[in-house]
Amino acid sequence: MTDRFVTRGFVGRRDQGAGGDGLSGDERRRRTPPGQYLTDGFPVLSAGPTPRTPLDRWSLRVDGLVTEPLEWTWQDFLALPAREYVVDISCVTKWTHLDMRWKGVSVDTLLEGVQLDPRAAFVIAYSDGGYTTNLPLGDVLNNQAFVAYEYDGQPLAPEHGGPARLVVPARYFWKSAKWIRGLRIQDRDEPGFWESLGYNNRGDQWLEERYSGD
Amino acid sequence: MAIDWQLGTVTSTRDETPTVRSFTLALPTWSGHRAGQHVDLRLTAEDGYSVERSYSIASEPERSGELDITVERIEGGEVSPFLHEIVVPGDRLELRGPIGGYFVWEAALGGPLLLIAGGSGVVPLMAMARHRARSGMSIPTRLLFSSRTFDEIIYREELDRLAATGDGFGVTHTLTRQQPDGWTGLTRRIDEAMLADALEPLGSATRAYACGPTALVEVVANGLVRLGLPPDRIRTERFGPTGT
Amino acid sequence: MDEQATTLAERVAEMRDDPALDLVLDANALGGMLAGLFGDDVTGSPGQCAHCHTVSMVGTMRAYTRGPGMVVRCPACAQVVLRVVQTPTATYVDASGVSWIRIAR
Repeated sequence: MTDRFVTRGFVGRRDQGAGGDGLSGDERRRRTPPGQYLTDGFPVLSAGPTPRTPLDRWSLRVDGLVTEPLEWTWQDFLALPAREYVVDISCVTKWTHLDMRWKGVSVDTLLEGVQLDPRAAFVIAYSDGGYTTNLPLGDVLNNQAFVAYEYDGQPLAPEHGGPARLVVPARYFWKSAKWIRGLRIQDRDEPGFWESLGYNNRGDQWLEERYSGD
Repeated sequence: MAIDWQLGTVTSTRDETPTVRSFTLALPTWSGHRAGQHVDLRLTAEDGYSVERSYSIASEPERSGELDITVERIEGGEVSPFLHEIVVPGDRLELRGPIGGYFVWEAALGGPLLLIAGGSGVVPLMAMARHRARSGMSIPTRLLFSSRTFDEIIYREELDRLAATGDGFGVTHTLTRQQPDGWTGLTRRIDEAMLADALEPLGSATRAYACGPTALVEVVANGLVRLGLPPDRIRTERFGPTGT
Repeated sequence: MDEQATTLAERVAEMRDDPALDLVLDANALGGMLAGLFGDDVTGSPGQCAHCHTVSMVGTMRAYTRGPGMVVRCPACAQVVLRVVQTPTATYVDASGVSWIRIAR
C-alpha cells in the first residue's frame, strides 16, 4: 500500500458536492457522518436478483420469542397507523443522502400486538431472497425504526426494496433490510448476511462502525 | 500463477468515434493474451483512493509487447472521463491480466463464427475478428452489430475493410436510434429473426459470442438456444449497463 | 433441449422485468480479483454449486458487485455460491456455496 503507483492526474469522484439543497455548508458538514460524501441520488446496490413476491402472497411476520406470532397481509399492513419520516440515510459504501422522505409503519406499532418473552434481546430482520440483518431490540424501539412502503411520495420501487423495507436511520443502510418479510425476536444475537462477513455487528455511522473490529 | 499488477505506457491514442477512444499500451513484461480476454485497470489518487475497471483487449494476440483497449466515455462516469480528458501518450497506467478463460476464441477452435455485439460490446469481438484476419484461415464469420447511430459505429472503417477482403467475413449493422439519409439497413434492436437470418448461412456447427449490455445478451442467448444452437456453443459477456 | 429452452426463456422473461437487471455481470468481470484469491484465473474453471449441484464455469456465474461486497450466484438456481468482502485491512471469503472448483495446472 505504501509504494502504490500513483496515477498522474487522477483524483476520483469522491464528493460530488450535490445534495442537501437549501442547507448551509455548515449544516451539510454537520449532518454528514465521518468518511461519507453527500449525494442527492439513490444508488441501487444489490446482492442478488430483485425479488418479485406478488402482493396477494406477501405477508409480514413478527415471530420468534413472542407468545404468539403476528402476521399481516398486504391489506392488513396498509391499514396499520403509518406516518411520514424525513431522515438522513448513510450507506457503508460512503454515500449519504439528507432528508429522504419515507412513509411507513413504526416497528413499535408492529410490536404492540405481541407479547415479548422476557429473554427477548435481539431482532433478526429477514427478507425475500434470503437476506438477513441483526439488531439489538433497543435499536429498533422508540421510533428508531420503521417498515417503509413509500419513498418520496411514491410506492417503494422493487429495486429499492419494495413493496416494503426496514429503515433504521441511525445505522448504515445495510441494516435497512430490503424486501422485508419478518422480524424474528431472539434471545441470542445472530450476525446477518454482511455482519457475518467482515462488516460491523452494530453499524453506527457516527462512530464509523463499518467493519468488524472497528 | 497469480496475475500481478504491472505498468503499461500509453504510446498512442486513436479516436474511434466522438465518444470512444482507443489507447495503445506498451508492456515490458507481457505474456500475451487470447482474443476475448480483458485487463483490469487500476487508478490511484495521491491519498491512496483507488478504483478499478475492466476493459476488453481490443488488439489481436499477434501484436506482441503491446495491447489496445477501447474506452467509451460515459457521462458522469468516474474513470472513462479521466481516461479521455487527462491521459496522454507517455502516461503510465497500472493494469493486470490477461483475464478470462471462458469468453475466448482462437482460430484453432475453428468456426463458423457468429459474433453479436451491442455498442462497446464489440471490443472483445474485434480482437477475435483481427486475430481471425491474421490467422489466414478464411473462417466463415458474421458480425451482427447494434449501434445507436452511424457515427457511433465503433471501428466502422476497419470493419468495412475486413468485409471487403472477400475471405468470408461479413458485417450486418443495425442502427437503433437514428439512421442517416438513404439508410437501407436494419433499424431495430437485435431479435430472434435477425439471429435466424445471420445463423442460417453459417449452419448448426456455429460458435456464437455475444457481448454487450445485459438485456441484449440475454435476448441473444435465449434466441440462439431457441434456434437450436447447443448452449455450449454460445458464449456471452455481460457488460452491465454500459461499463463505466 | 426443449426443456432447457423453456426454462431459459422463463428466466430471460423474469430478468427482463427486473429493474435492476443491469447490475448483474458475469463473474468473468471479477476474474482479476478471483485470481488473487485462488492463485490463478478461474473464470474458465468448472465449479459445482453446493445447493443445486449444477456444474458451470466460474466465469458464467452471476456476479453482483455493487454493494457492501461481491456476491456470486449459481446461473442455474441463483443461490449464493461465493461472497467476498474487501475491507481496508482484510479480505473475507465465504465459499460455502461452492462444493468444488477444478483449477487446471
